[in-house]
Amino acid sequence: MTEFRANDSKDFRLRASFVAALVLIAFSLLLLRFAYLQIWRYYDFHALSEENRVALLPVQAPRGEIFDRHGNIIARNGSAFALEIEPHKVPQLEETLQFLATLIKIDELDLRRFRRLKSELRRFDTIPLRPTLNDAEVARIVVHLHRLPGVSVNVRSMRYYPYGDSSSHLLGHIGRISKRDRERIEQSDLASSYFGTSHIGKLGLEQAYEEQLRGRTGFDRMEITAGGRMVRSLARRLPVPGQNLRLSIDGELQRTIEQAYGKRRGALVALVPATGEILAFVSMPNFNPALFIDGIDSTTWDALNNSPDKPLLNRPLRGTYPPGSTYKPFMALAALESGTRKPEDTISDPGFFMFGNHKFRDSKPEGNGIVDLRKSIVVSSDTYYYIVARDMGVDMIHQYVEPWGFGQRTGVDLIGEVNGILPSSKWKMERFKQPWHPGENMSIGIGQGYNSFSMLQMAVATAGLANRGVIMKPKLVKAIEDPNTGDIIKTEPELMRKVEVSDKHLDLVIDAMVEVNKSGTGARVFAGAPYRVAGKTGTAQVISIGQNEKYNAARVAERHRDHSLYMAFAPAEQPEVAVALIVENGGFGAAAAAPIARLVFDHVLLKKGAARGQ
Amino acid sequence: MASEIIPRGWRGIWLRIQPWVAVFDGPFMLFFLGIAFLSTITLYSAGNDFDGRFAGHIRNLSIAVLIMWLVAHIPPVMIHRVAVPLFVVGLLLLLAVALFGDVSKGARRWLNIGITRIQPSELMKIAMPMMLAWLVHRVEGLRSIQHWFMAVLLLMVPTAFILAQPDLGTAILVFSAGLFVLFFAGLPWRLVLVALGIAVIGVLLLIVFGDVACADGVNWPGLREYQRQRVCTLLDPMRDPLGKGFHIIQSIIAVGSGGIFGKGWMQGTQTHLEFIPERTTDFLFAAYSEEFGLLGNLLLLSLYAGLILRGLWIAIGAPTLFSRLLAGAISLTIFNYAFVNMGMVTGVLPVVGVPLPWMSYGGTAMVTLGFGAGILMSIARTRSQTVQGFVLQRSS
Repeated sequence: MTEFRANDSKDFRLRASFVAALVLIAFSLLLLRFAYLQIWRYYDFHALSEENRVALLPVQAPRGEIFDRHGNIIARNGSAFALEIEPHKVPQLEETLQFLATLIKIDELDLRRFRRLKSELRRFDTIPLRPTLNDAEVARIVVHLHRLPGVSVNVRSMRYYPYGDSSSHLLGHIGRISKRDRERIEQSDLASSYFGTSHIGKLGLEQAYEEQLRGRTGFDRMEITAGGRMVRSLARRLPVPGQNLRLSIDGELQRTIEQAYGKRRGALVALVPATGEILAFVSMPNFNPALFIDGIDSTTWDALNNSPDKPLLNRPLRGTYPPGSTYKPFMALAALESGTRKPEDTISDPGFFMFGNHKFRDSKPEGNGIVDLRKSIVVSSDTYYYIVARDMGVDMIHQYVEPWGFGQRTGVDLIGEVNGILPSSKWKMERFKQPWHPGENMSIGIGQGYNSFSMLQMAVATAGLANRGVIMKPKLVKAIEDPNTGDIIKTEPELMRKVEVSDKHLDLVIDAMVEVNKSGTGARVFAGAPYRVAGKTGTAQVISIGQNEKYNAARVAERHRDHSLYMAFAPAEQPEVAVALIVENGGFGAAAAAPIARLVFDHVLLKKGAARGQ
Repeated sequence: MASEIIPRGWRGIWLRIQPWVAVFDGPFMLFFLGIAFLSTITLYSAGNDFDGRFAGHIRNLSIAVLIMWLVAHIPPVMIHRVAVPLFVVGLLLLLAVALFGDVSKGARRWLNIGITRIQPSELMKIAMPMMLAWLVHRVEGLRSIQHWFMAVLLLMVPTAFILAQPDLGTAILVFSAGLFVLFFAGLPWRLVLVALGIAVIGVLLLIVFGDVACADGVNWPGLREYQRQRVCTLLDPMRDPLGKGFHIIQSIIAVGSGGIFGKGWMQGTQTHLEFIPERTTDFLFAAYSEEFGLLGNLLLLSLYAGLILRGLWIAIGAPTLFSRLLAGAISLTIFNYAFVNMGMVTGVLPVVGVPLPWMSYGGTAMVTLGFGAGILMSIARTRSQTVQGFVLQRSS
C-alpha cells in the first residue's frame, strides 16, 4: 500500500493521463448539461426569458359615457387625484394610516372601506384610501411621500354621475371587480379586455351595456429589468375607448318625476308607444351611485340594504305589485274579445257581490247602480268585474290578458328583470300543488289576488293599448356611438307582439278611459289639460280587509295603506307617451299617482310643443 | 545594421517581439489568448451597464499577463525555494484574519493592511500546492506514515482556517489544490477510487433523499445553514423561486435560452436586463452562454481543455519532482475553477464563490491564476531547455 513510486515517471504519466481522462469526461458531462439546457429545454427557457424581459403594461380605455335623449351627459369620466396604498409595501400600516390622518381628513368611512377592500383584494393590489383629493390635500401629502413607502398619489380615471342620486337604478354604477366577477371574466375568455382594469359595470345600464361601454384595454409592451425598471417600449396597442350610449331617457323628466315623488316610494315607466323608447324610468327612493364605485363601507351598506324603504330595489324592473283597477281596461277587452260580455250588457251594482257566503265589497259601498262596460271603467266598478271574472274563470282571463305581456319579461335592455305573476290554474298547481278555487276568480278580475306585475310590464301593456295592440319592445338605449369614428348605430324599434283585438272594442275601451279623466276618477287631476288623456286609476290593497271591516286609511299604518296606481297614455287620439306608475302606500289612485302622470304628460306634450313653437 | 539582419514586414516584427515573449509557452498562450479574447468581448457586453468595468477587466487581464510574464522568468528552483516561506506567511496571515479580520457579508475574509485590504486565503491557493510539492520533493516521495501525517496536517490546517471564515468555495479550492499534489505524489489508487465512489454515492443519496435532508430544521453536521440552503436550492431551485433560487433559476434560463447559436453578442436579454446576478463576475458564463449558445460553450470548453491538457503535458515533462507535482496541481486547479464555475452556473453544482478562470471580472483571481500560469510556463521553459540539452538547474 505504501509503495511509493513518485519518482517513477511512468506512474506520474499514468496518473496524469488518468486525470486528463477525468477532465475530458467532466467537460463532456458539462457539455451534455449545456446541450440539455440549450437544445432539449431550449423552448422552455426561451419562453421564460421572453417573459422575463417583457412586461405588458395595460393602458386603460376610457369608458363610454352616457347621454340622455337631449344630449345631456348623465354618466361621465373624469380624473381625480387618489390617495392609494399598496399594503404589502408598507412596513407599518397602522402607523402610516395614523400619520396620513394627521395630514388630511381620513374619516371612519374611508378607513372602513379601506379595511374591507384590503381583506377582499389580492395581495399586490393597490387600494384607495381616499378616492379623491383636492389640490391642497395633494400638496400636503406629496411632501411626505418620500418617507411613506407604498403610499402614492395617483391620477386615476373616475366615473361621475353628475346628477347624483337621480336615475341611480337606471344607470347603475361601476364598482371594483369582485372575485365572482373575475371568475366569470376568466370563464368567458374576456380576461384580456379587463387586463389592468379595476372596475366593471354593476347594475343598471352600466352592467347591461358593459360590453359596449368598457372598450378595449390597450397595452405597452415594455422591456423591463428584474428590478422592474422600464428600459423601452417594444410595442403598443392603443386602447379602444368604450362606446357612448345615447338614451331615450329624458333626464329632466326623470328629475321632475323624482322630485314629485319626494320621500314617497314607487316606480314609474313612461315610454313612446310607437317605438318602445323609454322616456322615464324612475325608482324611488334612489341612492347615490358614487358610494359604490370604490366599494361601499359596510355600515352604509347595511343602512341602505336593510332600510324598510328598500332604496336598492330597482322597482320598475324588479318590483311587482297587484295592478288594482288599472287592470280593468284589459279585463274589459278580455270580456269583449272572449264574447263574455257585449258592450251593452249591464249589471246592477249594489256595492258588493256575493259569491257563496263570501261578500266581495265594491270600493264604493253604496254601489254604482246600473253599470255597463263603459261605465264600469269610468266609475271603476268592482262588482262588474267580480261578475266578469266569475263568468270567465282564471284560465280564460289568462288566455286573453297574457298577449299584453303581463307576467312575462318585457326584454328591456337591463339585467335582472322579473316575470311577475299572471295566475292560471296550471300556475297554481305548479306553484302551490293546489287546484284553482272558483272563489279566487273574483279578486283576479279587479287586479288583486295573485296578480303581480312590474310597472314596466304595466307601461308596456298600456303603450300596447295606445298603439292599438302593437306592442313594441321597451328600450332605454336609442343609439350607440363610437367616439373614435363618430359612427352612430341607432337602435331599431322592435316589434314584440301584435295583440289580436278588434278596433270596435279598442275604441270603446279607450273612449271609456278618456272619460275617466273627464268625468271619472281622474277628472280633477286633469282639469284644464290641453290634451286628452286615456287612463285608469288604481288602488291596490296591501292588507286584506276583514269581512265586515271597513278600510280606513287614517287608522291603518302608513306601510299598510293601499298602493296608488295609474296607467294612461296621451294624447288619446294620437298617443305620444304612455305611462304606468305606482306610489307605494299612496292611497287612492287618483290622489297620489295621477298627478305625477300629469307632470309627465305636461312635460312631454307641452314642453315639446313650446319648443316647437319657438 | 540591425535593420539589415532583421527582415522587414510581419516576420520582422515577430523577430523583434520574439525575445520578449519567448518566455511564454506557445500552445498554452494560444489557449489563454483565446479565453482572454472571449472574456473581453463577453465582459464588454455584460459589463455594459457598469461604469469602468470593461476598462477594469482589460487592466486585470494585463496584470495577469504581466504577472505570468514575470513569474515565467523565475527559474523553478527559485520557486522551489520560496515555497516554505510563502506558506508560512500565508498561514500567519490567515491567523491574523481570524484574529483581526474585517467582516464583510457575514464572513471574516479580509485583512486590512493599511494601504489596502487583502484576502490571504487567495494566497493559499498557490502556497498550498507549492508547500506540499516541496514536502514530497524533500522526502523524495511520501514513503512513511509520518510523511503522510505531515502532508495531511499541512493540508488541513489552512483549510480549517478558511472554512472557519467561513468561505467554503476557497476552502474547497485550497484543499483540492493540495489534494492534487498528494494524488500525483502517489496517493494509493484504491483510496482514489474509493473517494470517487463515495462522492458518486453521496451525490446520488443527496438527490434521492434531498427532500428529507432539505426539510426545515434539519442540520447537516459540519455545514452551516446557508451552505445547506445552497445545496438544497441546487436540488430544487423552485423551493424559493423569488428568493434563494432566483439567481440559479435566472442563470439557467439565460443559458438555456441561448440555444445552439446564442442570442448574439450584446443581445442577451437576461444579461442586459439585469436578471443575471453577478453577471460580470461569478456568473459571467451565463451571459457568455446566452449570447454565444452551445457552440460558444463548446469553443470555451475546448480552450479550457486545451489549456489544462497542455498544463498536464508540461507536468509530465517537468524536470524535478517538485515542479512536476506543482505543474500537475496547478493544471488541475484551473480545471477545478472552470468545472465548478460552469457547473454552478448551469445548476449542477451548488453556488460557491468560484470565478471562471480569466473570464470573470475580478483582480484577485486574475493575479492568483496568472501566478499559477507563470509557474507553469517557468516549468515549461525548464523542460524545453532540458529537452534541448541545456539543463540549467536540477535540484537534488
